[in-house]
Amino acid sequence: MDWNTILVTTVEAAVNWETVVYALAAIGINIQFGYAGLLNFGQAAFLGVAAYGMAVTVATFNLPFWLGIVIGLVATVLLALLLGIPTLRLRADYLAIATIAAAEIIRLIFRSVTFSDIFGGSDGRQGFAGEFFAMNPYPRGEYGIGPFGFNERVMWVLTVGWILVALALTLVYLLMKSPWGRVLKAIREDEDAVRSLGKNVFAYKMQALILGGLIGCFGGFIFALSQASVQPDLFGTELTFYAYTIVILGGAARVFSPVVGAMIFWVLLVFLGNTLSEMVGAGMIPFMNVNQVGPVRFMLVGLGLMLLLIFRPQGIFGDKREIALNAR
Amino acid sequence: MRRAVIAFTAFLGGLIFLLASGTPAAWAEDESLRGTLQYQGRPIDGVKISVASEDGQPIGEATTAADGKWEIPLPGPGTYQVTIDQSTLPPDLELRFKDRATLTLSVSEDQQRTALFALVPKGDAADSGGQAAAEPSVWQRAAQLAFEGLNLGLIIALAAMGLSLIFGTTGLTNFAHGELLTLGALIAYFFNVTVGLHLIPAAIIAVILGGVLGYAQDRFFWGRLRKRGTSLIAMMIISIGLALFLRNLFLFLFGGEGAPYADYNAQQGIQIGPISATPKNLWAMAIEITVLVIVALALLKTRTGKAARAVADNPALAASSGINVDRVIRIIWTVGGAVAALAGIMLGLSQNLNYQMGFHILLLIFAGVTLGGLGTAFGALVGSLVVGLFIQFSTLWVPTELKTVGALLVLILVMLFRPQGILGRRERIG
Repeated sequence: MDWNTILVTTVEAAVNWETVVYALAAIGINIQFGYAGLLNFGQAAFLGVAAYGMAVTVATFNLPFWLGIVIGLVATVLLALLLGIPTLRLRADYLAIATIAAAEIIRLIFRSVTFSDIFGGSDGRQGFAGEFFAMNPYPRGEYGIGPFGFNERVMWVLTVGWILVALALTLVYLLMKSPWGRVLKAIREDEDAVRSLGKNVFAYKMQALILGGLIGCFGGFIFALSQASVQPDLFGTELTFYAYTIVILGGAARVFSPVVGAMIFWVLLVFLGNTLSEMVGAGMIPFMNVNQVGPVRFMLVGLGLMLLLIFRPQGIFGDKREIALNAR
Repeated sequence: MRRAVIAFTAFLGGLIFLLASGTPAAWAEDESLRGTLQYQGRPIDGVKISVASEDGQPIGEATTAADGKWEIPLPGPGTYQVTIDQSTLPPDLELRFKDRATLTLSVSEDQQRTALFALVPKGDAADSGGQAAAEPSVWQRAAQLAFEGLNLGLIIALAAMGLSLIFGTTGLTNFAHGELLTLGALIAYFFNVTVGLHLIPAAIIAVILGGVLGYAQDRFFWGRLRKRGTSLIAMMIISIGLALFLRNLFLFLFGGEGAPYADYNAQQGIQIGPISATPKNLWAMAIEITVLVIVALALLKTRTGKAARAVADNPALAASSGINVDRVIRIIWTVGGAVAALAGIMLGLSQNLNYQMGFHILLLIFAGVTLGGLGTAFGALVGSLVVGLFIQFSTLWVPTELKTVGALLVLILVMLFRPQGILGRRERIG
């Protein structure tokens, strides 16, 4: 048992790029589900559309990186409009099914052979991150404290990523203190009451969907840049459900909870994965092989999600009265 | 509630014990074409097989190994041409149909499709006849697609009826329903391949166990959550957690690679008019239709069936007119679980078993249920058949790999223009 490696990777997981990506996806979901009560099960598609928008612009069409970012953002807004217009008037479970179906449509198109000239089939796209890493201010080398550290590329991704997380949190904090945020929360509590006060409920929901999607889409950019590649299967429905687990773990409708949730989620996942792998490798669990560690980790995620909702739906920081679980 | 969780954990523990079988070898999850080249049990090695895309672009090559096996990974789902190099065959053997050295096969998502080349001693080869070699007419293709669509639609319908009735009676949008299909298929696989029973008794055991597990799920889990007053949205997310858990449990036990049942694997197709079908397909469809008719008749004629429809229509009113709502719900879960297990086995017969097979068909089940109208049993039936036919017919115009996309688009369009579905009523959509 190599406890040293387990400890180092576990501590690093608290700030690593997965945490950043999932925190951004979860902040988006927190706006939609936590504050507005919208069940968007297609968050993976928002990340995917943004990542592919950027990757395809740069890698397929050889256009500049910043144009790629703009196209990713535009694609995200378009997706939100396309998804929202038909479904936001329906009740919660219809929205859930429609968004999950849309996310699958998008993933299937990304991985299809028919469009592989554009999206690269199931191999996806590579070679679009050059310009991003050319902006890297960190000289080559390892950065860190004691045994914990990252190389200059990861440091650059993490710096940008955590700045984005901080900006997103500030935005959410300010918005939710504003009248706009109060209307959003009122819609979650009682849509008809808000409508009777003369508010355009549909417009507010649409704005929440777009805003949540846009914050998630930065998670997509970070995902793509940290890997320097995009693949369609990275943006499957699991991503969405893990992000939901994170929001519920932290506590819905709290500004900081998605970030804390993401940290706890990844620290636990990495710790479990590494410990189990080491134990299997040392022959301490005779009925498992190393390949089975992954499924066990995600079985525990599923179990955790169930137990959280049964015993503590408000998560760590949430307030039980503020959870949109009674939405129609 | 704590007891419910303990009972549920024990149930899952039993499940692990029951299914614990075989060690998964590789964890591939992508599409591939593969096969085993043999003549009367003797593996043939050193034969070159190549795969090209539909428009003739080469994709990969393989040479059969000492055990006759070959596998070529594919870039994604789609239609491919597999060619066997006849000059590399052993001198005493040749292809049974010399004009079928190239097979055109469509591969769906995550499928590891088997390509069969029949070998005979030199001199015994036959021509497959001009009929099969000639390009089929549009009408022939349409008839074939209608048949395949009906096949798929019936499988979806089996699962959809259960899902729709559970939704109608309890309000639960069950995202773990697809896993009930996989569960049934894998239990049958366990008894068929690991234990060594014939597929038919294995399937019967799996259907019975599916019903028992459906009952147990409601008795020890969903029923308790309902009593506890857990909200519907919370239950929906709990069902997602359950689906995640079960799917990864299947991956843990079964491995990431697909596998077929031990029986009815390489059936020769028979020609009925314009349609070519394997006998197992016809039997499967006959069983599916019989089960659907029995369930439909039970809903229409029996007391319990009428009570089930009454509860689906209005639980409070049904309860006040003396119907035992909990009992009805439990029966629906039992039947739903058994029928879902049957659907999973049928799905496993027509494609390979895979730990994600139920998850992949779940959205099509939702499409069928929504199209027919959430909560109505017969709507789900009609909607599923339409979805199955639509998916197969759409391959006349769209590439095979994108046929699911069409069905999911229809799902979204139905929600836009007629959210109550074909047979649903307006007040259901809220």
